[in-house]
Amino acid sequence: MPNGIGACATDDINPEDLIRFDHAGATDAIYHAPDGRFYATAGLCTHENVHLCDGLVMGHLVECPKHNGQFDDRTGAAKRAPVCLNLKTFATRIQGDAVFIELP
Amino acid sequence: MTKRDYSLLGTDGARAVETGLAAAEWYHTDVPRKVMKDLMARKDGPAIRDTIILYGCMIAFAAAGIALWGTWWCLPFWLAYGVLYGSASDSRWHECGHGTAFRTAWMNDVVHEIASFMIMRNSATWRWSHARHHTDTYIVGRDPEIAIMRPPVFAKLIGSFFGIPEVIAFFPRMIRNALFGPTEDEKTFVPQSQWAKVRRVAQIYAAIYAATLALALWSGSILPLMVIGLPRMYGAWHHVMTGLLQHGGLAENVVDHRLNTRSVLMNPISRFIYWNMNYHVEHHMFPMVPYHALPRLHEIIKHDLPAPNRSIAEAFREMWPALRRQLANEDYFLGRTLPPTAKPYRTDFHKAALGQALPAE
Repeated sequence: MPNGIGACATDDINPEDLIRFDHAGATDAIYHAPDGRFYATAGLCTHENVHLCDGLVMGHLVECPKHNGQFDDRTGAAKRAPVCLNLKTFATRIQGDAVFIELP
Repeated sequence: MTKRDYSLLGTDGARAVETGLAAAEWYHTDVPRKVMKDLMARKDGPAIRDTIILYGCMIAFAAAGIALWGTWWCLPFWLAYGVLYGSASDSRWHECGHGTAFRTAWMNDVVHEIASFMIMRNSATWRWSHARHHTDTYIVGRDPEIAIMRPPVFAKLIGSFFGIPEVIAFFPRMIRNALFGPTEDEKTFVPQSQWAKVRRVAQIYAAIYAATLALALWSGSILPLMVIGLPRMYGAWHHVMTGLLQHGGLAENVVDHRLNTRSVLMNPISRFIYWNMNYHVEHHMFPMVPYHALPRLHEIIKHDLPAPNRSIAEAFREMWPALRRQLANEDYFLGRTLPPTAKPYRTDFHKAALGQALPAE
């Protein structure tokens, strides 16, 4: 995988939760979904730049901790007002017990 | 003394953007992630229970009021109905707008629409104004929900206990929204994709009020208006009483809710009507914690917060004289003392933002 970056260990994130991952001046979010898969998106809400890492994950929905905007962690799709713009998403890869994400 | 420009299109708002007061990073007490996840967890049970009690009581009180209409015995039933209609709808609008009251999204939406209608707030517009209130709480020129602007206008405040200024403002705005969509100031916080919804909601409200008024005229009785519309006035006092305490007399233009927001310990009936929003510092600091978990959150973070006022009366005894002083000096505000165990936050930034403002003695 080109540009794959080791972000965390698989057991660093509880199931149905997320962590913040800062890299090269950007903030991303890495999710451990209930289906056991890992997903990655931009880490700031597209509404008011609030860190999503403090939000609640419910299934595949991550909720902004400030205004309750919601995104689908698989697609980055905005799912509930006040968010209107989708999140960027990044491919992930598991190698051993490490989570890698592909950043542009 | 500084003259404030509370207009969303004015100079203070522009200055807040320039100085970084707008959309700033606000203080949060450290709470372990596991604990916070547990606090934020959604449940349907408490809100279903409370909603059945609320609407059940409203139906019973209105039925008794109608049955006893024409006698003095109807009065206590209308007063009770009015408080549930004109005050409990404020907290239901608020919590369901946040999407935290119920776990099930459509339940939040249904109660939000009903409550918005009762409290006379366009559900589409106010969802967005409240988002801004949480982003820029009491930042002058940014927050569209500053209840007490300086200098306070006491006639308006007292009129609000009977819903007078709000109702007078609501109907022309509703008609304006129904005909043309959001106003220019509303367009500063409502995204364009929602403008059609603002208009549609206003049209629905206008239709319901027109039908109610027609029924009253046809029957020659104000009874239909006692059920729909008027309770927003004769039952408003409780939500104004609790709502003014949220931020009244406290600092503006700070990015720490401990300094601009007030928590007040209240009796259980007021807490039911207010849906625990008396824990208002806690709510602003962690808006995604549902109302039913706020007492637990309070216990967890109270070491980092100013002590709450011990009653509604005590809070008014603190706030009202401060508002009176603001008549003569708009810069005056009540300084909040943090407990020794609390972490200070951006003291220099606040000093610069508050300028020569005078803290409470």
